[in-house]
Amino acid sequence: MTTLNSKIPEGPIAQKWENYKAHTNLVNPSNRRKLDIIIIGSGLAGGAAAATLGEAGYNVKLFYFQDSPRRAHSIAAQGGINASKNYQNDNDSDYRLFYDTVKGGDYRGREENVYRLAQLSGNIIDQCVAQGVPFAREYGGTLTNRSFGGAQVSRTFYASGATGQQLLLGAYSSMNRQIKAGTVKSYSRHEMLDVVIVDGKARGIIARDLVTGKIERFGAHAVVVGSGGYGNVFYLSTNAMNCNATAAWKIYKKGAYFANPCFAQIHPTCIPVSGENQSKLTLMSESLRNDGRIWVPKNIEDVKAIREGKLKPTEITEENRDYYLERRYPAFGNLVPRDVASRAAKERCDAGYGVNKAGYAVYLDFEDAINRLGKDIVKERYGNLFDMYENITGDNPYVTPMMIYPASHYTMGGTWVDYETMTTVPGLYAIGEANFSDHGANRLGASSLMQCLCDGYFVLPATISNYLNDDIHTGPIATDTADFDKAEADVTGLIDKLFAVKGSKSVDYFHKKLGKVMWDKVGLSRNEKNLKEAIEEIKVIREDFWKDVRVTGKANQFNNELEKAIRVADFLELGELMAIDALNRKESCGAHYREESVELDGPQKGEAKRNDKDFTYVAAWEYMGDGKAPKLHKEELTFKAIELKQRNYK
Amino acid sequence: MDFTLKIWRQEDANAQGSMKEYKVTDIDSDTSFLETLDVLNQQLVEKNEDVISFDNDCREGVCGTCSLYINGEAHGPKKLVTTCQLYMRSFKDGQTIYIEPFRAKSFPIVKDLVVDRSAFDRIQQSGGYTSFDTGGAVDANAILIPKEDAADAFDAAECIGCGACVATCKNSSAMLYVSAKVSQFAYLPQGRVEATERVMNMVNQMDAEGFGNCTNTGACEVECPKGISLENIARLNREFLKATLVPK
Amino acid sequence: MSRFLSSSIGRKVVMALTGFFLITFLIVHLGINLSLFWGPEAFNEASEFMATNGVIQVMQYVLAAGFIMHIILGVKLELQNRSSRGVKYAVNKPSENSSFSSRNMIVTGIIVLLFLILHLKDFFVELKFFDKGGFSTDYDLVTALFKNPVYTAIYVIAFILLGIHLSHGFQSAFQSTGANYNKYKRCLKNTGIAFSILIAVGFSAIALYFSFIN
Repeated sequence: MTTLNSKIPEGPIAQKWENYKAHTNLVNPSNRRKLDIIIIGSGLAGGAAAATLGEAGYNVKLFYFQDSPRRAHSIAAQGGINASKNYQNDNDSDYRLFYDTVKGGDYRGREENVYRLAQLSGNIIDQCVAQGVPFAREYGGTLTNRSFGGAQVSRTFYASGATGQQLLLGAYSSMNRQIKAGTVKSYSRHEMLDVVIVDGKARGIIARDLVTGKIERFGAHAVVVGSGGYGNVFYLSTNAMNCNATAAWKIYKKGAYFANPCFAQIHPTCIPVSGENQSKLTLMSESLRNDGRIWVPKNIEDVKAIREGKLKPTEITEENRDYYLERRYPAFGNLVPRDVASRAAKERCDAGYGVNKAGYAVYLDFEDAINRLGKDIVKERYGNLFDMYENITGDNPYVTPMMIYPASHYTMGGTWVDYETMTTVPGLYAIGEANFSDHGANRLGASSLMQCLCDGYFVLPATISNYLNDDIHTGPIATDTADFDKAEADVTGLIDKLFAVKGSKSVDYFHKKLGKVMWDKVGLSRNEKNLKEAIEEIKVIREDFWKDVRVTGKANQFNNELEKAIRVADFLELGELMAIDALNRKESCGAHYREESVELDGPQKGEAKRNDKDFTYVAAWEYMGDGKAPKLHKEELTFKAIELKQRNYK
Repeated sequence: MDFTLKIWRQEDANAQGSMKEYKVTDIDSDTSFLETLDVLNQQLVEKNEDVISFDNDCREGVCGTCSLYINGEAHGPKKLVTTCQLYMRSFKDGQTIYIEPFRAKSFPIVKDLVVDRSAFDRIQQSGGYTSFDTGGAVDANAILIPKEDAADAFDAAECIGCGACVATCKNSSAMLYVSAKVSQFAYLPQGRVEATERVMNMVNQMDAEGFGNCTNTGACEVECPKGISLENIARLNREFLKATLVPK
Repeated sequence: MSRFLSSSIGRKVVMALTGFFLITFLIVHLGINLSLFWGPEAFNEASEFMATNGVIQVMQYVLAAGFIMHIILGVKLELQNRSSRGVKYAVNKPSENSSFSSRNMIVTGIIVLLFLILHLKDFFVELKFFDKGGFSTDYDLVTALFKNPVYTAIYVIAFILLGIHLSHGFQSAFQSTGANYNKYKRCLKNTGIAFSILIAVGFSAIALYFSFIN
């Protein structure tokens, strides 16, 4: 396959989804119970899909590595979820949400998918309210909204600082209802280690029972991967410790193209790294930027005094502070998109203005907000975030400004999917953060919850019948076939190989090493030289890993070291693909910033420069075999409903 | 900082377990508790020994995966935080720290400090939902809910399902956990529709799982990392009384 | 109803309701006892009333049933609770999160029960079945018993333990029946403690008064 068929339906953009639904193939309710669907991941995408497909009457088998489906990392999303409800009467509309998302993604998303996302966004809120999600409300009893980075309207729905938790528990509750009804079977502490392809179609998986270590086979008529993103390739990230790319990587190796792997979002407001044993970074919701002002001292002497502990930030007068976002981007100020905010912070710190001991932190200050709104309102809006910050750092943000720094957070890239969320392998789907489609080169705040739930509740359940329609006479998928034998043998072979290395270094050692290369050379700011070096360095780390890794414990028991080893082995390959993709994309767009591609003059001087002529495409990479260069396929992006413009937040 | 760690080791569910002693040295006070266990595990890898298994994931206090009974308290000595949010500055240099799994008959041990909390999921499956299919919802603003009720529902819904309440309770009672979900729905009009069946099913399942009875010691509320209020248990009792004794 | 009684919550509600009933009984009992301070006539009259009034006679059996249910259920729940944790913690600090009284209801309860048996033998049985144990009036029997310092000591200790039992039991009964709201939580707690002190001090004061002063 050389051209990718994204299967966009006919008609004007606003009617495409309706057209699609009106003409797609269906499976009648009595046939659905004959069809098995495997879902990997119980987060917002996977959980919502499991619940909805179960309600429809399909047999769903849900796999997740956590001990409970409620623990998927969607739960950690704090800020909110966007929807074009226009409850605030500020001229919001589907088009405007669509426009903001495409623009925020720097015109590297597929516009038809994004439009559908905007159209369905309101339904998500209705759905969640019906489930009993306790969104924040006005005194009149209606839902309230707040504004978020990258938008000029107030369209973000939230439940204090735990929106992701509440939405996930909503999906979890619907899923539980289906588990009770018997349509969803839940496999906790099971990790998918390969997909099984039979006659070119995805027909099942091989999974490891993480408690007993048993390798098991499961057959199904379709396989859905909702396994999240790969931000942990950086080792330190805001992702949960066990978030991994294994499912996505295994399907890549079985023929599902991987799209735009270099699009990894670095979140601007995280708590800075404090020590060498640090295992993860904690995100402070972007909503803080609504009322917080970001600054560093204007004078380098003040910076020094602060680092030495001789000066407190509160002692620096207004005229000696550099509110650099407000200075550089007067129209959006502190609410510029994440990539812009992150790079601006890095720019200041690289210039020597970082305010913590290591020099990698900027201030996020609430003094103005407290003076303007009063402490009570600030507490009501951000109380739990402030508490969390104080617990981690020991500083009280009501009294002294927070310190923040960017950290790896979300990956826009992922498995390539068409309009139906099907990958290049028939019967294999990817939803939520695991796919690439909607956020382009940069995701706006409060959009990931929206996309995951949209895929899970509305898109996949409406599109999967088009494929399953052919399978109503297939009967149960047998797992005692040569294809399953081979896949299982590959998995046990991999595990044996890991134990056989008997090296001297721990899995974490290699992960940390990889993370450092990724952060330094494939992180916030990239250039050709660094990327080429990174590719070589990753290869070396990978070779070392297979020569010198030590996996303790046994295969047939609960063994977290083995789990990590399998995951890190995949990260060591994925990291290289990210660098290859970043090297290929010789433009700056969204989160992908190439130092060679900046505006040289004009009002946007120094800002990232996109190259629409050469790079308005999705880079979908095909796996060609171990040690072979992956093959690039381009899905050209056309924008009919929106004009391609340089982003301008000034 | 240096610490002596006494940690419960148990090969698997059926094995006999015991407390084993370990030492960690030169730990920065800003290191988190779980990072200290990471450091210890790295040492074990160096010695080619099996690492200590413990559940953890988000490490920011919301997924509810981490557990641990630390020096006689669920999630350690600091109130209103999970183990993953505990930092070594909460301990004294040279201190001996006892680390045990959450213990309850309904939470069988999987390995070392890892326990099986699937009983919690089964309780939710028995009734912790509104029966409503995707796609059939009315406009979100068609259901008006007083701001305070929404906030109270949220406070109950904040439960992360970690099991500290059960681990702490001298009776291994799961009442706080169950009451949080029942309360969340009790505050909301969407939840009232099935209130009767929900509370009966969830309490029945809770009893069937072998959790103990609530004797109102209030320990759960104190040790709950999310500060779920004991008032929710009173509400659960009311809901249950209403469901079982008031004729329809 | 059967689902109610077989459930953990239902049983706790029965514990609470019988508890409330016993609390009411304690108030009445204390009232009668306090009449000792008003001299033999007052007490004998009250005693006579209790022995002859029809309602009280019927309530006697209800009271006995209440006691028995409270005790049997308490023991049953305790046994169930003890078995709900297999391996015990090597280190446990329950004092960090709960009161002594709340954790030791079974201990205080059983000791009070033992006292109750002794108490029934010495007073109730004597008064009712053995013609006042040889004394001419109820008053004489009661005051004579308190002349025994060992008996008085046991009596006082038992009532202090009963006070501890009540300091948790009072508020716990409200919580179990769902009648606890954050708004009234502190008020209920304080009332409970005040009531426990009243019972412990009230009964003990009588014993001490007749032991040492009168």
